[in-house]
Amino acid sequence: MDLSLIIMQLLSGIALGAVLVITALGLTIVFGMLGVVNFAHGAMFMIGAYAGLYLASLTGSFWWGLLLAPILIGAFGMLIEFVLIRRLYGRSIDDPLLLTFGLSYVLVEGVRILFGSDGIPFPTPSQLIGVVDLGVGFFPRYRIFVIVMVAAVLVLLWLMLEKTRIGLIVRAGARDPVIMQVLGVDIGRVWLAIFGLGVALAALGGVLAGPMRSVNPEMGSLVLAEAFVVTVIGGLGSIPGAVVAGLLVGISISMVALVAPEMATIVMFALMAAVLLIRPQGLFNVRGRVA
Amino acid sequence: MAETALLEIRDLHAWYGASHVLHGISVDVKAGEVLALVGRNGAGKTTTLRAVMGLMPRATGRMRFAGRDLLPLRAHRRYHLGLAYVPEERRIVPGLSVRENLRLGLVAAGSGIKERTAIDEIAETFPRLKERLDQEGVTLSGGEQQMLAIARALIAKPKMILLDEPSEGIMPVLVEEMGVLFRKLRDQGTTLLLVEQNVEWALRLADRAVIIDQGEMVYESSAAALLADKDIQDRYCAV
Repeated sequence: MDLSLIIMQLLSGIALGAVLVITALGLTIVFGMLGVVNFAHGAMFMIGAYAGLYLASLTGSFWWGLLLAPILIGAFGMLIEFVLIRRLYGRSIDDPLLLTFGLSYVLVEGVRILFGSDGIPFPTPSQLIGVVDLGVGFFPRYRIFVIVMVAAVLVLLWLMLEKTRIGLIVRAGARDPVIMQVLGVDIGRVWLAIFGLGVALAALGGVLAGPMRSVNPEMGSLVLAEAFVVTVIGGLGSIPGAVVAGLLVGISISMVALVAPEMATIVMFALMAAVLLIRPQGLFNVRGRVA
Repeated sequence: MAETALLEIRDLHAWYGASHVLHGISVDVKAGEVLALVGRNGAGKTTTLRAVMGLMPRATGRMRFAGRDLLPLRAHRRYHLGLAYVPEERRIVPGLSVRENLRLGLVAAGSGIKERTAIDEIAETFPRLKERLDQEGVTLSGGEQQMLAIARALIAKPKMILLDEPSEGIMPVLVEEMGVLFRKLRDQGTTLLLVEQNVEWALRLADRAVIIDQGEMVYESSAAALLADKDIQDRYCAV
């Protein structure tokens, strides 16, 4: 097989994986800190894509959509945490799971009512249309942008977590929320912010994915499954785990598509099964709050 | 000794679920004193501290600290009034260095305190921590972890510190060191509420003593008087 084809497919896998990383990251952060399995995460991804599309057409610029949709949907996530999820802390893990499961249906139906059931094309921003000659082949400009964008967000998140006071509160709060309260931190506000961040990441994933797949009310359900697979492979609650597993799944899907396209959709589940057999806690397990 | 009560506890009741564990405790802790709270295992000493800090699921009665009603306030608000708590389990946060664990005492303190200055200052008071600032906190020995937990609680300069069995499971040398530190804190005007199983050590440090038994206050006197009264000690504090 042609080497340049393999390299191109590898890059496609990384671009696919990048969107998975950003989406799974939101899911894993919320689980690791709050112990909430957010079944509405895929729906948040979907409304993020719609919000991006809507804001882009309203302002006439993709960039405004990319910037504002995560902020807007993140704020919506905070509202959900404040009004609904907050009441379920300290109860069984099933309660927030059922709540967000129901919420995802509400969101999907809401979007169906507002925008219809059909897919809507999400135009690629004019600056990113076309392909770039990488020497070994031509690669879509937009996908390079997605990879760079996700890398930049990861670096920003890492700096925030490792170098700032807020990051210290978040890292310590994930391990021991009680001691943080005793040391004067209003942990409820931290959880509110973390849930907002998780949802904002899902929305960012949705906007980034928009131009690569069409936008439709169902787009979140597949993404939710993918994000769960990624978090399970990486280790529930683990940030480096989400990054490595997201890229791994993206690349696997794309490479398998090269040799056996009909197997591409199940390869991630095979990967997950293998990881669960060999290392049930996931590749990068952290001691988090499990149930 | 100042005569005003910094912490005033009246008829404090507390529950874990359906089990009623404190049955009306009333204690005053005066500003600038060391009060030893002693009694058998399970007498309610830890529960009393937890209730003062706001960590009990249900507590009733009246508690005033520095003129403020404590019961309606959540734990983090109580910290900002100048109330610090060192739990028995120490709760050094895994994955964080000694320096980061110390910073946790300041993260919510606002901009009033310079982080670097505060850490330098506390490191002078705790030379054992000074050498290990960049080591992971949970890799320290038990005694050093206890020192770290105390340092973390002191770094924002609280008015009063609640200590739950600080000497437990610690080398005698370190227990001595801790005693010296507590005297120094007291001389600097910090109020200490000390829960201890090591009764003699606690009574030598303390100004006054209170005994709790089965969730009730049964005895109150000067620490010296209780230290001299072996009968009472045997009746309520024998393990």
